[in-house]
Amino acid sequence: MGKLLEVNNLSISFTQYVQGLNRHDTKVISDLTIDVGESEIVAVLGSSGSGKSLLAHSILGILPYNSHVTGEIRYNGNVLDQDLKEKLRGKEICLIPQSVNFLDPLMKVSEQAIGECKNEKEHDEKKIRQREIFSKYGLDESVDDLYPFELSGGMARKVLLSTALIGNPNLLIADEPTPGLDAKSVKETIEDIKNLREQGKGVLLITHEIDVALKTADRIAIFYSGYVIEINTVENFKNVDNVLHPYTKALINSLPRNGFQLTEGVQPLEDLPGCPYWENCPIRLDKCKDNKPELVEHDGIMIRCFNFKGANDGA
Amino acid sequence: MELKANNISFSYNKKRQILKDFSLSLNSNQIIGLMGDSGSGKSTLCKILAGYITHYSGEVTLDGNKIPDKGFYPVQLIFQHPEKTMNPKWKMEKVLNESWTPPKELRDTFGLKDQWLTRWPNELSGGELQRFSILRAINPETKFIIADEISTMLDAVTQVQIWEKLINHAKANNIGILAVSHDPELLEVICDDILYFDEINNL
Repeated sequence: MGKLLEVNNLSISFTQYVQGLNRHDTKVISDLTIDVGESEIVAVLGSSGSGKSLLAHSILGILPYNSHVTGEIRYNGNVLDQDLKEKLRGKEICLIPQSVNFLDPLMKVSEQAIGECKNEKEHDEKKIRQREIFSKYGLDESVDDLYPFELSGGMARKVLLSTALIGNPNLLIADEPTPGLDAKSVKETIEDIKNLREQGKGVLLITHEIDVALKTADRIAIFYSGYVIEINTVENFKNVDNVLHPYTKALINSLPRNGFQLTEGVQPLEDLPGCPYWENCPIRLDKCKDNKPELVEHDGIMIRCFNFKGANDGA
Repeated sequence: MELKANNISFSYNKKRQILKDFSLSLNSNQIIGLMGDSGSGKSTLCKILAGYITHYSGEVTLDGNKIPDKGFYPVQLIFQHPEKTMNPKWKMEKVLNESWTPPKELRDTFGLKDQWLTRWPNELSGGELQRFSILRAINPETKFIIADEISTMLDAVTQVQIWEKLINHAKANNIGILAVSHDPELLEVICDDILYFDEINNL
């Protein structure tokens, strides 16, 4: 099976002016490796603020000017450089942005979904498709003429989703498509993303909602403080003993249905010399403080931890 | 104490009515969940309860009395997006102390790190900012908290941390909570009782 998207050792940092002319580099994504095949949904699951959205933005080439990117992104085997990104985005690669703030506040939502058109004819064709998609998501004709501020959070999200699907993309990057939606709309969104898989498309689903990832994805990558710490199959995520990293275990145990168990600790603000989870890790070793574990393969699972074999014994 | 909404009706414009004869009651020892579809008017109700919207019909009372519009408002609203409720040009220390000065122990309980205080809002994550919103809202004069989807944007681990701390504090200080969410599993775990928005809204 061909790989639609390959991301190899991607790192993203930002240069900021702190005080006066002092510059400071903040590393947001470190050494990220992930791939998405045709007819595959890969979820990137990470806590808020871990830099997940930047992965999406770097694939589309919409990072701000003060960002610095290393590593390689390939689409269908070709290196995805800025020119190619600009050519493909909106057509073969589409994004569902995270925030409803991505909508233009001064434009009617139907026109935003239709987007740029060369002539009247194209506009009329797209208008029909826009109407189809809107009604599929339960946005009736009165919504077409509304401006973003008149929409509720959930409606705005449906508009964003429709906007991405109008272009009929091969690779869809869904950046948090579901939070704030009611159960019915979440289910519809999940079904839509699954439909794209049936049509042979690849989906990179960026989310913090583990339920959405479990219901849609084939594989799940766990993202913590800028690092991918584990990539595992959905099947394995159903049992806490089949995931390897201690943070992944904490995540599964913290779900309401699994007991709502409390795990203390927050993500570090700065890039640490050792393992990013060192501060909160229950099974840390002495070497974890100053040595960074690599992402290695173990039985088809990608894991970034020196002591993953000890995880199940200790807990 | 009892927070009561009596026959609230509200619409933003003539085209569509949002709330009709909506009534609800909440005691300070209770955590009540409120569920509803997106766009049904949950956030509007929250804003009415917390005094952000005033041109509604019906009344919101605290122990039977109208809430005075001067002084500290005893019903505090925590929003879904903390980054939208903070002045981007204030450092976090100023943001935190806007309503009162939370003691060090309370900052520690909520896992607020001192190094965050010198940061700007855009340098912290949603989970970190939400801890500030909560601390800011639990002023000693606060009697009720309206939590409008406060953990929707957070990961599962942070969600547990935030709810556990907020609920402990509320129980110890006799603060009532109205928890608005889409997530039935979450509400099952944290609430004493769950209300369904559409069933009490008489539209």
